[in-house]
Amino acid sequence: MGNPADRYKSGVMPYAKMGYWDADYVPKDTDVIAVFRISPQDGVDAIEAAAAVAGESSTATWTVVWTDRLTACDLYRAKAYRVDPVPGSPGQYFSYIAYDLALFEEGSIANLTASIIGNVFGFKPLKALRLEDMRMPVAYLKTFQGPPTGIVVERERLDKFGRPLLGATTKPKLGLSSKNYGRVVYEALKGGLDFVKDDENINSQPFMHWRDRFLYCMEAVNKASAATGEVKGHYLNVTAATMEDMYERADFAKQLGSCIVMIDLVIGYTAIQSMAKWARRNDMILHLHRAGHGTYTRQKTHGVSFRVIAKWMRMAGVDHIHAGTVVGKLEGDPNVIKGIYSVCRDDITKQNFERGVFFDQDWAGLRKVMPVASGGIHAGQMHQLITYLGEDVVLQFGGGTIGHPMGIQAGATANRVALEVMIKARNEGRDIWNEGPQILAEAAKWCSPLNAALETWKDVSFNYTSTDTADFVPTATPA
Amino acid sequence: MRITQGTFSFLPELTDKEIRAQVDYALSQGWAISVEYTDDPHPRNFYWEMWGNPMFDLKDGAGAMMEILACRKAHPKIYIRVNAFDSTRGFETTRLSFIVNRPAEEPGFALKRTETGGRNIQYTIESYAAQSPEGRRYS
Repeated sequence: MGNPADRYKSGVMPYAKMGYWDADYVPKDTDVIAVFRISPQDGVDAIEAAAAVAGESSTATWTVVWTDRLTACDLYRAKAYRVDPVPGSPGQYFSYIAYDLALFEEGSIANLTASIIGNVFGFKPLKALRLEDMRMPVAYLKTFQGPPTGIVVERERLDKFGRPLLGATTKPKLGLSSKNYGRVVYEALKGGLDFVKDDENINSQPFMHWRDRFLYCMEAVNKASAATGEVKGHYLNVTAATMEDMYERADFAKQLGSCIVMIDLVIGYTAIQSMAKWARRNDMILHLHRAGHGTYTRQKTHGVSFRVIAKWMRMAGVDHIHAGTVVGKLEGDPNVIKGIYSVCRDDITKQNFERGVFFDQDWAGLRKVMPVASGGIHAGQMHQLITYLGEDVVLQFGGGTIGHPMGIQAGATANRVALEVMIKARNEGRDIWNEGPQILAEAAKWCSPLNAALETWKDVSFNYTSTDTADFVPTATPA
Repeated sequence: MRITQGTFSFLPELTDKEIRAQVDYALSQGWAISVEYTDDPHPRNFYWEMWGNPMFDLKDGAGAMMEILACRKAHPKIYIRVNAFDSTRGFETTRLSFIVNRPAEEPGFALKRTETGGRNIQYTIESYAAQSPEGRRYS
């Protein structure tokens, strides 16, 4: 850095020269590392842009300040240490930035994100900026509670093993009275689903106030449990305007004996962490609907990738997170989705550029999050869903249950039979990817609800090219 | 009614050959087979009676089948399930659990509603069969 007197002379100076670029820096095990996709404005050097991102997401301001000299400022400066061109995308660069652990408050996603995605995303010298991935040091992870329940304990509580869980979202999303709404819940659970779900925007509207909904839904859950001998649940959405309201709703759900409550991503990181602590205190599974994420996760050049959001949510502490279906109606490249699922479910996530995973991540024993696949999926895709998504996942067939021509119970039964028959076949060593349709057709001979489901939705697929794809290999979106 | 606990309760009852295929799958994953039975199938009865310890050292599916058949012979009229336990770090839990025997008649459960303040209801699920003493619940 040369002479300190020159370094701290009043005026402006390139960020790279201020100490925010260090090509020789070797990240410490305790550093937080972020990799950003940067698109510098024309004429802006990539290294200077990376240094600027490091500066603006840590200590820097636009001009030199002498007060840096009152601190161990070298430590507090984030350091960009590597810049790689993005394969096949001229004008874009992956820039790696290391942050000392001292920059962050323990156990606070709000504090972490205020730095990493704070001012820097509006910085003028960049056309666009995307946070692609982060490496969290074990020392930092151990300051987070993590999921209140986790996959293992959730399964033990529900007494459900060896297969994906099944759910559905009550439809229509809005407008049903509480009594009619509870009818859908009862039919779907009795027919064979494990869970039914409030949708993200079901809170407490004029057509259905929250207490009324909770009362009818718990009648449905308990009645279905008695009818089947299984543990059943309904994700009661406690999303509300204030923490006080959310606590009131969650407490009522607990009082009624619900095993699960639900929140939306739009309530914010701090509220999510508060609810995670509430859920741990009250032995409640916490379901997170990722409402709003598409505004900043979908486009490749700007925003935050969903695998980073998934990491933050595992730290913040949710038990379920919507994480993509691959085959359904919502965005989802197979490789990118696998990367997101691994972030939710691994003990140690291995670097895998094809899946957009830039770092090895040791989760330090943090409990696992159950991914939820929801949106435009149906029984006829069961072999594809199990192949892509594995076993520890909630498969949610909303329209694919409620829209069944023989009724909601039949719709639920079709999904459950399709699931069990496919798991059984897989375990028997059959090649379900290729034999899947035949396996379903065989079961449809003795299960008329499955037969009707296959007939109704046989031609439905959402075959569009994905927007959020990995950069390192060409990827295809499946039919 | 039909109790639908377990991984395969929506399918026709598994034949012994089909049970063996699932056992072989579990063993191929390195999981330990165990057999449990009960005459109290309440959904939150987590502790069915153990038909011996989990067979951690058993590698041959034929041995597991012998235990399953012996348990069925001793308890032909009540519920029997086969579990597969995975001791791998990060799981350390049951990975597969399915019913291999059940009573001819399943009387099911009563839903008891206790009305409390406001419109609140406290729910209790009671097994009709478990109202008789243990050992005399299924004929």
